[in-house]
Amino acid sequence: MSVFELEEVTYRYPEATLAALDRVSLSVGEGELVVLAGLSASGKSTLLGIAAGVVPHFHGGTFSGRAEVCGADLREAGPAQLAEHVGTLFQDPETQVLMASVRAELAFPLENRGHDAVAVARGVEEVALALGIEALLERQTATLSGGELQRVALGAALAGRPRLLCLDEPTSQLDPVAGDELLGLLRRLNEEWGTTILLAEHRLERCLAAADRVIALERGRVVCDASPSAFLDWAHDAAPSLETPGARLLASFGLEPPPAGVKAARATLRAHGLLPPPAEPSFAQPPRRRRRRDASQPALRFERVWHELPAGRAILAGVSFELAPGEVLALLGRNGAGKSTLLRHAAGLLTPTRGKVSNSGHIALLLQNPGSYLIHDDVGDELPRAELVSAGLAQLIGRHPRDLSGGERQRLALAIVGGDEASVLCLDEPTRGMDRQAKAELAALLRERAAGGAAVIVATHDPEFAASFATRAILMADGRVIADAPPAEILSGGWYFATETARILGGHGGALTAEQGVAVIRADEAAGALR
Amino acid sequence: MSYLRRSSPLHAARASIAAAYCAALILAALLTKQPLILGAIGLATALAAAGAGVGRRVARSLYFSGPMVVLVVVVNALVSRNGLTVLARFGDWGPLGQVDPTLEAVCYGVVIGLELGVIVAVCALASATVDPDEVLRSLRRVSFSSALTATLATRMVPLLAADAQRIGEAQRSRVNGASRGAIMRAITTNALDRALDVAATLEVRGYGAARRPPRVVRPVSRHDVAFGCAGGLIAVLACSVSALHLAAFRFYPTVVGRFGVTQLLVAAGFVVLAVLPFLERRGIER
Repeated sequence: MSVFELEEVTYRYPEATLAALDRVSLSVGEGELVVLAGLSASGKSTLLGIAAGVVPHFHGGTFSGRAEVCGADLREAGPAQLAEHVGTLFQDPETQVLMASVRAELAFPLENRGHDAVAVARGVEEVALALGIEALLERQTATLSGGELQRVALGAALAGRPRLLCLDEPTSQLDPVAGDELLGLLRRLNEEWGTTILLAEHRLERCLAAADRVIALERGRVVCDASPSAFLDWAHDAAPSLETPGARLLASFGLEPPPAGVKAARATLRAHGLLPPPAEPSFAQPPRRRRRRDASQPALRFERVWHELPAGRAILAGVSFELAPGEVLALLGRNGAGKSTLLRHAAGLLTPTRGKVSNSGHIALLLQNPGSYLIHDDVGDELPRAELVSAGLAQLIGRHPRDLSGGERQRLALAIVGGDEASVLCLDEPTRGMDRQAKAELAALLRERAAGGAAVIVATHDPEFAASFATRAILMADGRVIADAPPAEILSGGWYFATETARILGGHGGALTAEQGVAVIRADEAAGALR
Repeated sequence: MSYLRRSSPLHAARASIAAAYCAALILAALLTKQPLILGAIGLATALAAAGAGVGRRVARSLYFSGPMVVLVVVVNALVSRNGLTVLARFGDWGPLGQVDPTLEAVCYGVVIGLELGVIVAVCALASATVDPDEVLRSLRRVSFSSALTATLATRMVPLLAADAQRIGEAQRSRVNGASRGAIMRAITTNALDRALDVAATLEVRGYGAARRPPRVVRPVSRHDVAFGCAGGLIAVLACSVSALHLAAFRFYPTVVGRFGVTQLLVAAGFVVLAVLPFLERRGIER
C-alpha cells in the first residue's frame, strides 16, 4: 500500500525561474525506509515539503501533477490536515521547538488533534520512553543542547504516531554519537512501529545500511530509484560525489556488490581474502607538550586557558596547545565539548578567565552560519571590489547573498573576515548541510591557505571531512584536550570519531580514506599479510 | 519569557495561582502612594524573588529599569507646577516654561518611581515563575488567534536573542565594519525568516487545524492553596486599606501623610502575607 505517491509533479517556488521538482513520479510503500540522496538544491527538501504539505500550501508557488499523502489529495489537504498522519523534522532544531518545557512540547501536537487529557498524558509518556528522553520531560527547552533539542523535536513529530515520518538532514547539527543514536532510533521506529520514513541526508555512509531504498535527485528530477547497493553501483559511474567511501574502497578492487554499510563491506573483503587483521586496540594517550622543532613564533598559542561561567561550569578547563604556521588542525568532540568556545577565544571574541591566548598576526573566524556575515542586498556591497577580485569572487557582484550556493556563501564570508590575509583561519562547523562536492572544494581551499603559510583550525563533527584536510587532530571532552595526535591516530581507533574506511579496516594501518585503504590493503597483499 | 523551572514553592504552584499572586502584589502597589507601604511591597517582592530562586533575574530587570525610574523623578520635578516648597528657581526654560522644582514634586516623583520599580519587579517575578506553556494553553481554550500570536511571540524572543548574538559576533569578526543600518536591516530580515520557520513548524504540528485543548484536571497542591490564600489576602488587605483611607498620603500642596503604628502594621502585613507561603518547602521539586 502506498503512503506517498507523486504523479508527474512539477513545482516552482514563487519568483523562481527553475523548477525545484520537474515531472517527478514515485511511490513510497508502507513501512519503507527511503533515503533521499543528491547534491544541494537537487530537490530533496522540496520533496519532503510536499510530503508534509508545506509545499505548496505554506510556501506558495506553482504546482502541477498529482500528489497523495496517506490517502489524502494534496489539493485538498494542507499541512495541518496532513499532520494527523505525517510527522516532520526539519534541519534546524532551534525553530522546531515551540514551547518552554519539553513536556508541553510533546503534548502540543496531541492537544492540537483534540485528544483528551488522559490520552495526551499517556502519549507524552510513551513517546518520551520510546526516545529515551523521559529524563528531559521537566527540563526547559531553553536549557537543552542541540542534540537534545533535535530529539525533543523528533518526539513532537512522533507523538501522534504518524504513518509517515519526513526528516530533512536530521543529523547535520549533531556530533557522530548523537547522529548514530538518532539513526539507530529511526531504524527501530521503522522496524518495530512500521513507520514509513523519508530521510534526506548528505552523509550517506551513515544511513544507507538502514535503508530499503534510495531515491537520488538531480536538478529536481529523479535520476535513480533503487536498493542501496544498486544505487551505489549507479553512483560509481553516474554520480561519484554520492558514492560512499566504503563503496569506493571495494570498487577499487573490482568487488561486487557495493556495500551499504561497514558490515557488508567487511564481509565482502573477508570473502575475497582482502580483510586485514584488525589493529590492536589503542587508547588515546594524554596529550604531551609538543616540543617545537624550530624557534619560530607559533601562529597561535593557548596556555592553560580556562573559560569559567559565573556560578556555572568551566567550558574550557586548562587548554594548552600551539599551532604552527601551515598546520591544519581538526578540532573534534561531542556537542558541548568546548570547541566553539575555544575558537572564540582564538579570535579574541572572548577573554579567558585564567590563562593566556597569544597569536602572531590576524585571526579570521568563520562562525557556524556564514549567513550571519552577509548583511547587504548585493554581494558587491559586502566588500570593496578589489578585495572581491583578489578573493576570486568578482563574478558574484550584483547577486543577492541569499541566492548564492552554500560554498559561494562560505567563500564570501571567509573574504569578509579577512581569510585571505589571516595568519590563523578558524572555522566552526563549516560543513553543516553541505554536500560532498562542496566539502571537497572547501577542503581544497583550506589546504591551499595552509600551503600559503596560514594555520587552520576547523571544528567539525564530520570525520570524513576532517580526514580530507587535517594534518593534526585534537579530540576534546568536557572542555579539556583529551587527545592531540595525527588524524590517522585519532580517526582510526575510535567507534564514533572514525571514518567509514577506518571502521571497515578496523583501524588497520591508520587508513582513513578509501584511497589510503586501497594502499594499505595492496601493501598487505604484497607482503602476504592478509588472511 | 525568562521562565526557568526552579525548585521553589512559587514554581510548584499552578500558573494561574502564581499569576494571581503576582497580580495581587501589583494591585497592592497601585492602590497606595504611602512610601512605607510601597517600600514594604517592594521588600515583599524582593523576598518572594529570593524565595523563588530568581532574585538575580529580578534585580537585573530593576537594574535595566533604573534609568526609567530616575527619568520619572526628574521629569516630574521639572514639569510639575504644584507644591509650595520651592527648592530652586531656574527661571524660564523656553518650551518647559518657568522651572521651579518643589519638594512636593520631587517627593511625588520619587514615590511614583518607587511604584514603577515595584511593578517592574513583580512583572519580572511573574515572568520568571509563571509557566508560559500553562498560560498559553489556557489562552488557547479562550481565544485561538490570540494564543497563536502569543505562541509565536513567546518562541521568537529567545530565538531572536540567540540570532542577534550570532550576528553581533559575526560583525565583530569582520575586517571592514558594517553600518548600523545594514546590521539592523539584516536582523529584521532574519527575524522575518525565523518567523516563517516557526510558523512552518506550527503548521506541521497541526496548529492550523487545532481543536480546543482538553481541560486538565490537576490535584490542588499545598502550594496552590498557600499562594492562592496569600494572593487573596494581599488583595483584600490592599482594597481595605484603600477603602478605609488607612494609608492616605497627599503630596500637594504640601506633603501630608501618617507614618504611625497602623501603617507599620499594614506594611508588615503585606510582607508577612507575601513571604509565608515560601516557608512550606515540601513537594517543590518536579
